[in-house]
Amino acid sequence: MAPVQKLGNVDTKKRTSQKVAFGIFTLLSYLVVVILFFILGFIIIQGGKVISWDFLTKAPAEGMTAGGIFPAIVGTLYLVLGSSLISFPIGIMSGIYMNEYATNGKIIRFIRIMTNNLSGVPSVVFGLFGMSLFVITLGWGDSIIAGSFTLALMSLPLIIRTTEEALKSIDDSFRHGSLALGATKLQTIGRVVLPMAFPNIITGLILSIGRVSGETAPILFTVAAYFLPQLPGSIFDQCMALPYHLYVISTSGTDIEASRGMAYGTALVLIAIVLVVNLLANALRSYFAKKVKMN
Amino acid sequence: MIKIDAQNVDFYYGDFHALKNISMQIEANTSVAFIGPSGCGKSTFLRLFNRMNDLIPDTHMDGKIGIDGRDIYGKGEKVDQLRKNVGMVFQKPNPFPKTIFENVAYGLRVNGVKDNGYIEETVVKTLKQVVLWDEVKDKLKESAFALSGGQQQRLCIARALAISPSILLMDEPTSALDPISTSKIEELIHELKNEYTIVIVTHNMQQAARVSDKTGYFYLGELIEFDNTRKIFTNPEKESTQNYITGRFG
Amino acid sequence: MRKFFEKIVEGGLLISGSVTSFTILLIVFFLFKEASGLFSSPVVEEGYVLAVNKSNDVSHLSPETIMDIFDAKITNWKEVNGKDEEILVFRFSDLTQYYSEEELGDEFQYVPEKISELVGKEPGIIAFFPQQYLAQNFQGTVLPEEKISLSDFFAGTKWYPTSAPAPIFGLIPLLLGTLLVSIGAIVLSLPFGVAVAIYLAEIANKRTREILKPVIELLAGIPSVVYGFFGLVVIVPLIQKGLNLPVGETAFAGSVVLAIMALPTIITVAEDAMRTTPRAMKEASLALGATQWQTIYKVIIPYSISGITSAIVLGIGRAIGETMAVLMVTGNAAVIPTSFFEPVRTIPATIAAELGEAPAGGAHYQALFLLGAVLFIITLLLSISVEYISSKRKM
Repeated sequence: MAPVQKLGNVDTKKRTSQKVAFGIFTLLSYLVVVILFFILGFIIIQGGKVISWDFLTKAPAEGMTAGGIFPAIVGTLYLVLGSSLISFPIGIMSGIYMNEYATNGKIIRFIRIMTNNLSGVPSVVFGLFGMSLFVITLGWGDSIIAGSFTLALMSLPLIIRTTEEALKSIDDSFRHGSLALGATKLQTIGRVVLPMAFPNIITGLILSIGRVSGETAPILFTVAAYFLPQLPGSIFDQCMALPYHLYVISTSGTDIEASRGMAYGTALVLIAIVLVVNLLANALRSYFAKKVKMN
Repeated sequence: MIKIDAQNVDFYYGDFHALKNISMQIEANTSVAFIGPSGCGKSTFLRLFNRMNDLIPDTHMDGKIGIDGRDIYGKGEKVDQLRKNVGMVFQKPNPFPKTIFENVAYGLRVNGVKDNGYIEETVVKTLKQVVLWDEVKDKLKESAFALSGGQQQRLCIARALAISPSILLMDEPTSALDPISTSKIEELIHELKNEYTIVIVTHNMQQAARVSDKTGYFYLGELIEFDNTRKIFTNPEKESTQNYITGRFG
Repeated sequence: MRKFFEKIVEGGLLISGSVTSFTILLIVFFLFKEASGLFSSPVVEEGYVLAVNKSNDVSHLSPETIMDIFDAKITNWKEVNGKDEEILVFRFSDLTQYYSEEELGDEFQYVPEKISELVGKEPGIIAFFPQQYLAQNFQGTVLPEEKISLSDFFAGTKWYPTSAPAPIFGLIPLLLGTLLVSIGAIVLSLPFGVAVAIYLAEIANKRTREILKPVIELLAGIPSVVYGFFGLVVIVPLIQKGLNLPVGETAFAGSVVLAIMALPTIITVAEDAMRTTPRAMKEASLALGATQWQTIYKVIIPYSISGITSAIVLGIGRAIGETMAVLMVTGNAAVIPTSFFEPVRTIPATIAAELGEAPAGGAHYQALFLLGAVLFIITLLLSISVEYISSKRKM
């Protein structure tokens, strides 16, 4: 059959337009990478000048222009710990319920929509809510426990979603195998499904720790203190926290210019936490992926 | 006249040796069927003719494939030009999320045809060619997804024919269809083989017997036998072919 | 025994399963509980009264009018539909300009009487003083106590939460500020986001993708306060010098920072959407001689358009709710924005900046909760629209 003349010589044109388009996309993609590395590099270089053993282990001094950030590190640690104690069990159980127990499609869909909605709620709204419920209504005052609960509720959607996905990836044949041996549903989940899903669940938990340690708005009115001379003594005390500390010393310190160094240092510590958390999550993911392959 | 000329073709998915030293010559305006058990390499071989396997990462080919005397894997060969000349119909009907009309017009548009009159003319002509025109002429502006599976597959054939290829590759084109749609497509293949070189991969031996002039039998990556269809189905040379067509395995 | 234990655990699971729904309910309840108080708060600061001369027939003053009168922007009663009479503003602290300490008494026992006398004799006066000093036979008209109305808040064009005698809580400037910054952010980040998504889904080879994906996840993990800080020390000065502006803390600075922050969301969601395009559809296009780029914009993008839309809406949601970074770089001027290169203030930034100073239970505190409720509803609507868009995609 004779080739149709109309399909003439457009080949160069469409190839050129592909080259141009792909060139632009590649360029933009690398630009995004450059932006990220610029942000990271800038803070690592500036913060690196300040970071020292003393910076990490001493309290702020001279109106936050000298000394260290030890109380803020400790405070963030408490908050991460407190919120994890609340959100991990609830989040994992909720994920188990969604994937293993809920059978009514409408209920599952409803819960999923609610969980998505919750993850869309701005962090400052969590702050308002935490203040109204935990600080005022329950009378806990500005305290570690109020902050922990607020942060825990905020991190629930992420934990639930990753747990659900981890469970979903386990093939049903494992469940059936266990059930066929006379194990109850709960035993099957506890001894077969959860251990297999564990690595992916852990990855989600670690990422949630990263999120919690960097959040500012939810702790503004529930726990964070501008400056505390001593470390908190109980869960009903206020505490300092890294993200809030960075906020105050970079915007409203006694001498903003003089405390710039401290701010760079604090930002670096925050970024270091995120870096470590991400690396850890990725390392775990690939480690377990390898292990599964070997089995 | 030799249309497709494959010489000593080897193909690998990663470390897996999927095609082993295959040579085959296909004449113009004939129809050829590839048969063989699943995983024997017949689809892989078919997809080499329009370089569709280029899309799969970690693959590698040795040997030569010529179409109309040109080495299609040669340096500087443009793959889109090749594919314009070698149409393909897939296992499952895969129309685009566009209207019936735009599905057929797609190939013309991506190849730079701007003349709307010509596009319309071609769409009508090819829809008639695949005997779909009467069924869709009133709903050309509707989504192609509204058609039945068999209609979708004929639409996909029309889509492939619209850019006037000289070769038509068909990768198990009826495996997802009901018997009535299947027989319609088979009739269509009968019509088309006068104008096109058709290569069809099929699981269905009766189909191979019905639509093809020549048949190639593949097994474990090797081309066991390639001969006139009548000969393959009545008096094959090799025992393996005999076993397969009489249904002893596969 | 084992059965019993299982029942308990299953009960626990059921309760945990409902925890997110329950939390949403609680959030709604507490936000609206605190916020609803605003509309039963008096316009005038609690415990104070506004009074005018008996001859004055003005009986209703909106919060904004009151502020303009006390700021001397309105100086004649006829401007507020009254008689042609010069306005005399009297604050409680002005009392000593009119009367000596002896006249007011050692224990201020004559204060009510003197205020009454003053309001009685000055035809143009408007007096603002504590309720406790209101005399029993007061010789003036006390303006009827009015509540803050829905339109005062939702149609209010000014935000002066600490202004006396009447604080003004107008949503409009904050809402416009929020929208300006967020839309600016999306306009900036959309081309990048979609480009990177296309690159990752269709162009990059496996190795490049394996390097790029974690980098983008990292971008998502950096705390917003760090972005804010980076914006403050790098982007703000850059904008100020580069565009030669009086201040660098502008809506534009907020948009730039937010654009960087919204990128990971847009990239990830859009890429996932493009990856759902069936391979058969891509192959069909390529088999017809289309180039990869033609296949992308003629088949893949139309196929995944609802997912890409979801990505955009989610990105907007992130941007609208973002607090700290915006608070740190936008300059926080609570006025209706007229330009992209002026300071603006967003809803979340207002809440974060002011809640610490607003006494719990007061009108200001309630107004901030109402802002929170508005924010909550906006993001809820966005979440629901994402749900709607992606449910359409499945069909």
